[in-house]
Amino acid sequence: MKYLTFAGSLAALAAAPFFLAPYATTTLTRILVFALLAVSLDLLVGITGLPSLGHAAYFGVGAYAAGWLATHGTSQALPQLGFAVAVGAVVAVAAGWVAVRSHGVFFLMLTLAIGEIIQQLAQSWTPVTGGSNGLYGIPATRIGDFVLTHIALLHWYATAVFAVGFTIVWCISASPLGATLRGIRDNEPRMRSLGYDPRRYKMMAFVIAGAVAGLAGGLLAAQQRLVTPADLGFTTSALALIAVVIGGAGRLWGACLGAALVVIVRDYLGPDLGGHGPLVLGLVFIAVVYALPRGFAGLRRRVAS
Amino acid sequence: MIAVSILNGLAIGLLLFIVAVGLSLVFGMMDVLNLAHGALFLAGAYAAWFVAGENPTMAGFLAALGVAGLAGIVAGGGLSLLTEPLARRSHLDQALLTLGVALAVAELMALAFTKDVRAVNPPRGLDRAIDLFDSQYPVYRLAPIGIGLLLAAATHYVVERTPVGALIRATVDDRDMVAASGIDVRVVRVAVFAAGSALAMVAGVLGSPIYSARPGLDITILILALVVVVVGGLGSVRGVLLGALLIGQVESLGRALLSDLASFLLFGTLAVVLALRPHGLFRVAGGR
Repeated sequence: MKYLTFAGSLAALAAAPFFLAPYATTTLTRILVFALLAVSLDLLVGITGLPSLGHAAYFGVGAYAAGWLATHGTSQALPQLGFAVAVGAVVAVAAGWVAVRSHGVFFLMLTLAIGEIIQQLAQSWTPVTGGSNGLYGIPATRIGDFVLTHIALLHWYATAVFAVGFTIVWCISASPLGATLRGIRDNEPRMRSLGYDPRRYKMMAFVIAGAVAGLAGGLLAAQQRLVTPADLGFTTSALALIAVVIGGAGRLWGACLGAALVVIVRDYLGPDLGGHGPLVLGLVFIAVVYALPRGFAGLRRRVAS
Repeated sequence: MIAVSILNGLAIGLLLFIVAVGLSLVFGMMDVLNLAHGALFLAGAYAAWFVAGENPTMAGFLAALGVAGLAGIVAGGGLSLLTEPLARRSHLDQALLTLGVALAVAELMALAFTKDVRAVNPPRGLDRAIDLFDSQYPVYRLAPIGIGLLLAAATHYVVERTPVGALIRATVDDRDMVAASGIDVRVVRVAVFAAGSALAMVAGVLGSPIYSARPGLDITILILALVVVVVGGLGSVRGVLLGALLIGQVESLGRALLSDLASFLLFGTLAVVLALRPHGLFRVAGGR
């Protein structure tokens, strides 16, 4: 049933360019990019119980890496994505070394501080990152001789990469590793007494989440062909966390729905709201925290029971 | 040159102390991480511009301080009441609630004051420069140092030497025990929240001639305050003071001496402190 739903959703996503207007298709592509970021964050927040408020850092670092490679090296898709994943993972190793020493709200503070420092770095390291202008004029991504300039091609590329990233996180979540991570989330002292080393597992989750966020970043560079410091800043991190919480932490499909809501309010309805999408999102978020402690996913459970 | 940087660092550090002490006490007491704390600082900076204008008189500036203090008490009380219904849920839910508030408030301020920088000059009488260490030093920078030292002494006295302070410290240590001995912890909570928020807004007014009010300043200040609190240890006034002075020097002296590494210095300080003392330099709050 799960597999059917997943395959059906992917088929619907792949068919979307035939039915949607170009702008709607682009919005859907942006949703896929953001949803992959939210899914990677959910591995930390929902499954491992580590609330990160700096997750956009690894997303943005991946985007910069892919954009830089496209400009200075090759515009082929696979090397770009590989480089984005590698850089996202390496930065996550460095940040995780400090961050996984803490838990709970302390972890939130540390990831927030680290994310902000990485953003400052992106802003000041002008020769590589383009400073506050960002990296612009990134060449269109190629697969073999195909140039991904058409929005439908770009959308299919995003759908494929999203499917790969989602499947990786899904498999990890369903594997014994996922069970261990949930155990650490629910009762860390007990897991330690059973012989697990929680810090090592948290580090693993942190690096995997960073790598998948880097993958999403590589997708962002291909879709936007522009990377700015805002892509790895506090607002992006906060919106990703909001997407996860609204959808229901620990439910990967919930994170995708949350990401869709965030992108639709911010990008699609934003102009109609006078550019004050974040205000609406903040209010929706406050309402969700009060009324739906388990997000949309909890709503389904409540209806089912 | 170096002496001037140290003095600047002292001004920034004491300003950070005023912001961070409220954040630390509220967290230490109630485990509520108030992510809207930076927005309070920014609101204070906007209040200075709105009440006193771009070139304030001394009276106007003092009025702005008063307005900010009162508004901070109201805002803190409001935040405390907002998070109250979530007290039985996880600490994360309360932090998330204040994150939503921070986003919404930042957006409302951007609506009211546009995205332009709202700079405020030092109040008349303090807008001169004096000769200090062979260079011209703006007199106003000395104000946060003086007021910061006064407030640090006052906070330290209240928290460490008075019955009210004993109650606050007891609540930081074990709030269930305090509640069990017949004291309404909620009143303590609202009071500390209100006082901490008032201090953050007052710091915003004091800081407005140094940090000009603009969108995004709330996050910058929130991060600095969080680093101060993490470095200093939660719930300890002495820890916050020490952390704030250290971070002030890292911000000022570090940027002057090693400007290329400035972004790493803050992170480096945080990493070194956490590697050596995982709970900060002073930690009072129990291991909850």
